Amino acid sequence: MTTATDPAEGAVAQPGVYEAGSTDLLRFATAGSVDDGKSTLIGRLLFDSKTIFEDQLESVEQVSKDRGNDYTDLALLTDGLRSEREQGITIDVAYRYFATPRRKFIIADTPGHIQYTRNMVTGASTADVALILVDARKGVVEQSRRHTFLATLLGVPHVVVCVNKMDLVDYSEEVFENIRSEFTEFAARLRVPDMTFIPVSALKGDNVVDRSENMTWYEGTTLLSHLERLHVASDRNLMDVRFPVQYVIRPQQNDTRDYRGYAGTVASGVMKSGDRVLALPSGLESTIESIDTADGPVDEAYPPMSVTVRLTDEIDISRGDMICRPNNSPTVTQDVDAQICWMDEAASLTPGKKYAIKHTTRWARAMVKSINYRVDVNTLHRDEDAGEIKLNEIARVMLRVTQPLFIDKYQTNRQTGSFILVDESTNKTVAAGMVGGLPHSF
Amino acid sequence: MKSHVLSQLRSLEAEAIHIMREVVAEMQRPVLMFSGGKDSIVMLHLAAKAFAPARIPFPILHVDTGLNFQTVLDCRDRWSERLGVQLVVASVPEAIDRGLVREEPNGSRNRIQTPVLLEALEKHGFDAAFGGGRRDEEKARAKERVFSFRDDFGQWDPKNQRPEIWNLYNGRVHMGESIRVFPLSNWTELDIWSYIEAEEIDLPDLYLAREREVVSRNGMLYEVNEFTPLKDGETAEVRRTRYRTVGDANLTACVESEATTLRQIVEEVAAVRLTERGATRGDDKVSEAAMEDRKKEGYF
Repeated sequence: MTTATDPAEGAVAQPGVYEAGSTDLLRFATAGSVDDGKSTLIGRLLFDSKTIFEDQLESVEQVSKDRGNDYTDLALLTDGLRSEREQGITIDVAYRYFATPRRKFIIADTPGHIQYTRNMVTGASTADVALILVDARKGVVEQSRRHTFLATLLGVPHVVVCVNKMDLVDYSEEVFENIRSEFTEFAARLRVPDMTFIPVSALKGDNVVDRSENMTWYEGTTLLSHLERLHVASDRNLMDVRFPVQYVIRPQQNDTRDYRGYAGTVASGVMKSGDRVLALPSGLESTIESIDTADGPVDEAYPPMSVTVRLTDEIDISRGDMICRPNNSPTVTQDVDAQICWMDEAASLTPGKKYAIKHTTRWARAMVKSINYRVDVNTLHRDEDAGEIKLNEIARVMLRVTQPLFIDKYQTNRQTGSFILVDESTNKTVAAGMVGGLPHSF
Repeated sequence: MKSHVLSQLRSLEAEAIHIMREVVAEMQRPVLMFSGGKDSIVMLHLAAKAFAPARIPFPILHVDTGLNFQTVLDCRDRWSERLGVQLVVASVPEAIDRGLVREEPNGSRNRIQTPVLLEALEKHGFDAAFGGGRRDEEKARAKERVFSFRDDFGQWDPKNQRPEIWNLYNGRVHMGESIRVFPLSNWTELDIWSYIEAEEIDLPDLYLAREREVVSRNGMLYEVNEFTPLKDGETAEVRRTRYRTVGDANLTACVESEATTLRQIVEEVAAVRLTERGATRGDDKVSEAAMEDRKKEGYF
């Protein structure tokens, strides 16, 4: 074990530690629309946290100069592919990375054009935090509602609303407070678990990494400081043991011939050796003999650890099966009631259509039995007469699956409550699915 | 009460292991593309961990440009022998002799290794190829999927990628199509080095600083050796340098460094102010979109 350097001096991660106290990982998704300054905000985070390299900055300064800009356009730092620049659009989610001595951050940067819903669903699916931008001059707009709705639909536990372009409203506390109260009012219906508002100017750098001298009335933390300190450990489901079996390790080698281990990633819960477990779909019980890793056995396993579990009894378990506790098991069913986000531009979803479905490590086939309603992502209105679901639309559907799935409600378990649908002729991923109804009361 | 928080390095390790197991469980014939560089060595190390105590259940493929540092080849052979993994070598010089590809005027074999790679993938029927690419390396890679779909020409179409939601990867392909899989997508250069240090991973000694006879060209330092001999009018000088990336020996520059241990490399990388490709790879400087173009053709 080596120790990290003094955090005050450099951003060296402390390697090889399972316990808290070491650097952890925070994933956040940015939601924005054209011109709200999202790219500038990300550029500012990267720049002020000293993540930008000299050669990247030089190239951005040169391009800004060539274009006759008055200032270095930090948005260029997150500019994408040439084919996008030529067309002036962003194709899809881009991932960016930066680290501070406290945390490593993964940003899923989702663009704001027509494909917005698909991209935001993708970015938010793994996010701990959704960062939503509001233009201080425009206030809460239709898109603000849509972003917040999608964040809660995808079960993102924390929402941070950055009221941006404060420099263009004279850093007015009143403007900020009005936006905050309006936003809070409509968000109340969405049951956002945790919501924070921060007044920023991404362009000038106010309250992004460094505290603003222009908004002394603001007593909260800067964006980076908030992201660094946000407590996300308790967001994980550590109650319900769910271990989808990914792969059976049975070495065909002389020295380890009797080894039989079930490899997988802990979806939720804490597993310990000696625990009594139940295997699905067989319904057979056994006891955990050992939880193995390449570095030797561990006392316990929790999400998102990848481990190999050995049981005391020889029972038949294969990929796609689920290990849980005898008194706490998921619902075993072939009928799935779910929200889906449709992601395919070529075809729509209609009742009667069949797809391949992937849930945890299990593949099956699913038929759409009915469309219960379609949700308008802007107004949250439910259309119960929707006959088909098209690209970027959200709907509640009933599916009939060819073999039982071991499901939990998405709002209590993001791992065992999620699935994808795949078109069997094109092999494209066409939908993201979340088991259960909307989390909202409206 | 015990805290159940995984450190970021262990989270990244767990994610990479999950991805590799998913590929082996679902694909017909995976292979690991091995360049001999630190990223592909980390990937091989993770593969060994993912399937322990069993052996790695797929071969490794090395596209040998014929311009390798000997120490990289030695390291490759040490690894394949120690892990008992099958090594498949696809030779660029041999492909030049056969007329599959032609030497480029600037001596770079970076572009021409692509057809050699694609031929090897097809010949062996590999439908999934692990690559060590990271999204922090370059902006064309920032949008790369973990499971990156390739058509039957091995080409990448940025507009035709599958949405990747949660960790539900879709590797379904038709005959002839394939996927490239990037288990290190979310790692940064600093993560790689921190992990190499924590796990004491065996690397080619090129990465460590020592005194080398070097020549400066376009602001980059090249070691004087059989691949990069002195040209007329150039003078060599001795400087303490190390390599940050390991590509073809005729194109990979070294950087001045005092880092002679892994710990010192981690500290250096944490403080360094130039991207690794910008600092050491002549082949990426050709145009701003060089990587994007190579990827579309089927490059790693």
